[in-house]
Amino acid sequence: MLSIKNLHATVDGKTILRGIDLEVGAGEVHAIMGPNGSGKSTLANVLAGRPGYEVTEGSVRYQGEDLLVLAPEERARKGIFLAFQYPVEIPGVSNIYLLKAALNAARVARGESELDAMDFLALVKQRLALVEMKEEFLYRAVNEGFSGGEKKRNELLQMAIIEPTLAIMDETDSGLDIDALKVVANGVNGLRDPKRSFVMVTHYQRLLDYIVPDHVHVLVAGRIAKSGDKSLALELEKEGYGRITEAANG
Amino acid sequence: MNGTQRLYLDAYESTAGRQPAWLDALRSDAVERFRKAGFPTLRDEDWKYTNTSPIEKAGFAPAGAPGAGVRSRDLDEQAFRGLDALRATLVDGFFVSELAALDELPEGVRVCSLATALVEHAELLRAHLGPLPEGSHGYRALNAAFASDGVFVQVDDGVQLERPLHLMIAASGPGSGQTHQPRNLVLLGAGARATLIEHFVSLADEAYLLNLHTDVHMAEGSRLEHYRLQQHNLKAFHIDGLDVRLAADAVYTGHAVDLGGRLVRHELKASLDAPGAEAHLNGLYLTSGRQHVDHFTHVDHNAPGAVSREFYKGILDGRSRAVFHGRIVVHPDAQKTDSAQENKNLLLSRDAEVDTKPQLEIYADDVKCSHGATVGQIDMDSLFYLRSRGIDEKMARDLLTWAFANDVLARIGLRPIRDALERILGAALLHGHASTEVEPGQ
Ligand SMILES: Nc1ncnc2c1ncn2[C@@H]1O[C@H](COP(=O)(O)OP(=O)(O)OP(=O)(O)O)[C@@H](O)[C@H]1O
Ligand SMILES: [Mg+2]
Repeated sequence: MLSIKNLHATVDGKTILRGIDLEVGAGEVHAIMGPNGSGKSTLANVLAGRPGYEVTEGSVRYQGEDLLVLAPEERARKGIFLAFQYPVEIPGVSNIYLLKAALNAARVARGESELDAMDFLALVKQRLALVEMKEEFLYRAVNEGFSGGEKKRNELLQMAIIEPTLAIMDETDSGLDIDALKVVANGVNGLRDPKRSFVMVTHYQRLLDYIVPDHVHVLVAGRIAKSGDKSLALELEKEGYGRITEAANG
Repeated sequence: MNGTQRLYLDAYESTAGRQPAWLDALRSDAVERFRKAGFPTLRDEDWKYTNTSPIEKAGFAPAGAPGAGVRSRDLDEQAFRGLDALRATLVDGFFVSELAALDELPEGVRVCSLATALVEHAELLRAHLGPLPEGSHGYRALNAAFASDGVFVQVDDGVQLERPLHLMIAASGPGSGQTHQPRNLVLLGAGARATLIEHFVSLADEAYLLNLHTDVHMAEGSRLEHYRLQQHNLKAFHIDGLDVRLAADAVYTGHAVDLGGRLVRHELKASLDAPGAEAHLNGLYLTSGRQHVDHFTHVDHNAPGAVSREFYKGILDGRSRAVFHGRIVVHPDAQKTDSAQENKNLLLSRDAEVDTKPQLEIYADDVKCSHGATVGQIDMDSLFYLRSRGIDEKMARDLLTWAFANDVLARIGLRPIRDALERILGAALLHGHASTEVEPGQ
């Protein structure tokens, strides 16, 4: 589904990613861990096509196509979804409008028809229940005045409605209370599907108790320094990044 | 003295001596003031960013009568869907009775032409149409020298005018002269309430100058909801002064929306003369091409415990230009003043320009005064966020622009006006995407 080879990227002229190789198969869940500033969000943003993030070397193929030539909205319509580490507030645009526009863009791209108002509302209500959000959030401006945890849930709500093929979740579990963490896990597990893949950036082994990853990678200084299965996360939890960082730098 | 100044002075001569003696005396003082002051120039501190020489160059002759041939039907097109309103109409600065719908005025409310009021309420007008303030600029003086008509509104103590008054200020086109100089007077008694919609429209695609002055006097505890929707054609010039005086606990709420005009200057002075007075001033200007819109606001906190809020937003495209000048003076005994001012501008093009200048003069020590001004482009993080949800770049930009304006519309209480503005702004900013889909909190 996603094939990243020797990816180098700069942000504002500063090199952040220094040769990333990563293969994500259909239906797989990959966890990406690593110290602060190691480039996890940069990778997520490069995949989503954020302007200003320049790829200087390497390639990214998604479903056999060159991903890097596509505009962010084209990537989204092909099924890539980024749940932001820091979702932005957009005063003046209602949540429900964004949900509708995003869903219809995805549906049209998949060759489906746009949903009418009734069906749309029915779907939204069902998904709201899944992520345990109150209906009033639909009518508020996107993320405006939302608490940290509410913003994360809102990302999850969007994901649950859009039903992407590749979901990149950048610390969706950070800043969540334990109940909310279970909500996120239920949301993701509910969407798991042989045709859908997840790349989850996280700092906490805790999340991986609920969402069991197929692979765990450790990103250090812009490279994947170590990969393994779920036991790697447990190991890191005990020992920290010290040894891996030393090895990567040494 | 230039030719245009002479043109006005000559025109004045032909109208002198027609009014009651007290008014003629005021007019002749005003014309003297105009003779001395001439037109403002960029050298005048208060006109630093607004060059009115195109108006001078145009040399518009003063209108002597309303243009003929304006029918009710022409104005019905400008009415607000779903708004049950009284109507008064000025054509080329003159009150036209045939174009008014004022039959059902409640007891205690008078709406008529200023000309009529000068006859029927001479003493009242004499008390309220005072001499020109010290240092008045040429346009203000010119208005005072020429004004013989306009609209007069009076709401007695304790009376509520339930239906809004829709005041059309229309330009008819060529033929009757092109400087329109109405003078409007609004008097609200103690505890009176009213909603006034001032609506500037052009019935033809001709250039003209509207040089308007309005005085609003608000007695204790009165409330005025004042909408000013400016939809001149893109050749029109607009200069207006609005003086609002507020007694104790009077609340003035103004919404100024500028969509048209080539060169527009609004001067607003709110005098908070007694405790508990509140002035809420909201504004939205949308400019493109070579349009120029200037808001010159002056809030005088003359008494303790009064509140003022200013919230002005602008969206500028093309080579257009906007000016916001926010002067707030807190006088020595105006303790516990609560004042906030905000001016935000969104630039859609590289060639658009904004000059925004807060000017706070605070002579009391126990006050709360805040101000902020921003000039910026579309927020890149928001843009990326929307695009990452599959919304294409063009649509995402439109949406964020709309959202920026929507913030001001959300403050508009009168639903039909808000709906109309949503339609207009939706057409202008959303390029076909329905605004009802966009608006939060339905
Ligand atoms: N615009 C920028 N200009 C310069 N450096 C930047 C810019 N954006 C990010 N960086 C740097 O890139 C590095 C990687 O940042 P990134 O956000 O990818 O880290 P991260 O692994 O997601 O960290 P965290 O765990 O704290 O979220 C950091 O050192 C950061 O300061
Ligand atoms: Mg990060």
